Amino acid sequence: MENPNIIKTENLVFSYDQADGSMPKMVLRGVDLEIEKGTFVAILGHNGSGKSTLARHFNAVLLPSGGRVLIAGDDTVDSSLVIEIRRRVGMVFQNPDNQIVASVVEEDVAFAPENLGFPPEEIRKRVDEALETVGMYEYRLHAPHLLSGGQKQRIAIAGVLAMHPECIVFDEPTAMLDPRGRENIVKIIRDLRDNHGVTVVLITHHMEEAIDADRIIVMSDGEIIMDGLPREVFVDIDALRKTGLDGPETVTLLHELREDGFNLPLDALTVDECAEAIYEALRKQSSKKED
Amino acid sequence: MLKNITLGQYFPGDTVVHRLDPRVKLVLTLVYIVALFTAQGVVGYALMFTVLVTCFALSRIPVKTVLRGVRPILIIIIFTAVLNIFFTQGTVVFEFWIISVTREGLYAAAFMVTRLFMLITGTFLLTYTTSPIALTDGLELLLNPLKKIHLPIHELAMMMSIALRFIPTLIEETGKIMQAQKARGADFESGGLIKRARAILPLIIPLFISAFRRADELAIAMESRCYHGGEGRTRMRVLKTHFRDYMALFGGAIILAAVIMLRRVLP
Repeated sequence: MENPNIIKTENLVFSYDQADGSMPKMVLRGVDLEIEKGTFVAILGHNGSGKSTLARHFNAVLLPSGGRVLIAGDDTVDSSLVIEIRRRVGMVFQNPDNQIVASVVEEDVAFAPENLGFPPEEIRKRVDEALETVGMYEYRLHAPHLLSGGQKQRIAIAGVLAMHPECIVFDEPTAMLDPRGRENIVKIIRDLRDNHGVTVVLITHHMEEAIDADRIIVMSDGEIIMDGLPREVFVDIDALRKTGLDGPETVTLLHELREDGFNLPLDALTVDECAEAIYEALRKQSSKKED
Repeated sequence: MLKNITLGQYFPGDTVVHRLDPRVKLVLTLVYIVALFTAQGVVGYALMFTVLVTCFALSRIPVKTVLRGVRPILIIIIFTAVLNIFFTQGTVVFEFWIISVTREGLYAAAFMVTRLFMLITGTFLLTYTTSPIALTDGLELLLNPLKKIHLPIHELAMMMSIALRFIPTLIEETGKIMQAQKARGADFESGGLIKRARAILPLIIPLFISAFRRADELAIAMESRCYHGGEGRTRMRVLKTHFRDYMALFGGAIILAAVIMLRRVLP
């Protein structure tokens, strides 16, 4: 039977020696995690929670100090498999400027397939496809430094897509973008999962981006402390706040209204659902008054 | 101030010169330099000048651009001229106090200046008509045989293309740091040379820190995209030599031969 998990970690520990020679700093303290193929998983956590460090284990950029990381069954420690692991699990980083290699858009998108040694016609095909997917085909001959932050980030995504990865890890891809650029990237991420069968791991601290996820993982101090459906995780707003995070604006609003005595559900995550819930509650209240 | 950096400036176009294989252009530039230093006498120089003008005419690069490119090295040209005029022994044509100008000196200066001028403009033609990527690709392929003796040709070419890629990014960053420092009262425009050089220091340090951070992130991003050196790497764009490339090489050979012949015939 084929392995249903694209990513699996077993008691993953990561620590590094500190400059002053004191106790090694523990960044990950035993993470057990399975990510199923084709799902959209969001990993949340405040700065220093270890979420980026965890992500960097998924494509063997970092290797565990203890425990194991398996990518489609392959151990990341095996250096003969590293290239295949990196092809399977692509990674998009925060700063688009620092991940673009070439001075022409299409040359940059071609970088990964060139590294993988494909023949020129195959590279051409992959580059064109990837640029179409992110809607940047018309810009293929532009210089990246003249594009906007959001456009650059789309180029970076295309550069990863050209490897035909099974999974893409997004490490705070919208942190440096304006609202419109952010919206665009979120739309592309959704499209990748829905129409291209790519497993998506999104690391973020924008709760709104995580609402659509199939599963939310909350990290704090190198450990997974919450793991479940968005409805389950976001509703537990007290636990979220303990880790230094806040729920999505919708849930926060509903939570405060409840404290003011309104009878509202907490699991109306999207803006539409939230508005509907409030409308419903107000209608009930006014009809009660009329009675 | 930072906008007029014309390092390796490329003027996109679609002329014969632009379309030539970058490898051929690199070789021809070398042939041109050799020919220029072999050329002797008025006829030899006239031939080289005709070649230069023809190439520029074919590439449709405006004369103004060419002259602007020469400006930064004007001082060197003038310095060479002065040295040659005043310090060459021979028949004196003009004397003043301890300075004497000789006929040989005037000739030597004229030839040196023409040679320098033609050298600079000729090599600029290469960067004017070849995009930096094509240039690094061409260089890598030309130097490929040197990999046999373990010279890191691929790595050098990769470093060069990344450097080119980051020039605009770092210029932009320098502008931002400058504004940030100005907002806190830094003064980059007034004072003597030493004062200005000192004012640059708080600019250089943040720029270096940021460049190192960028390099670190870029390295991780490159590894994440399966970069593992030049081994087994293919290219999307493959350079193909056309008939025109062979013709151009043939032309280069003829000109070099002609210059050598002229040296023999007209000593």
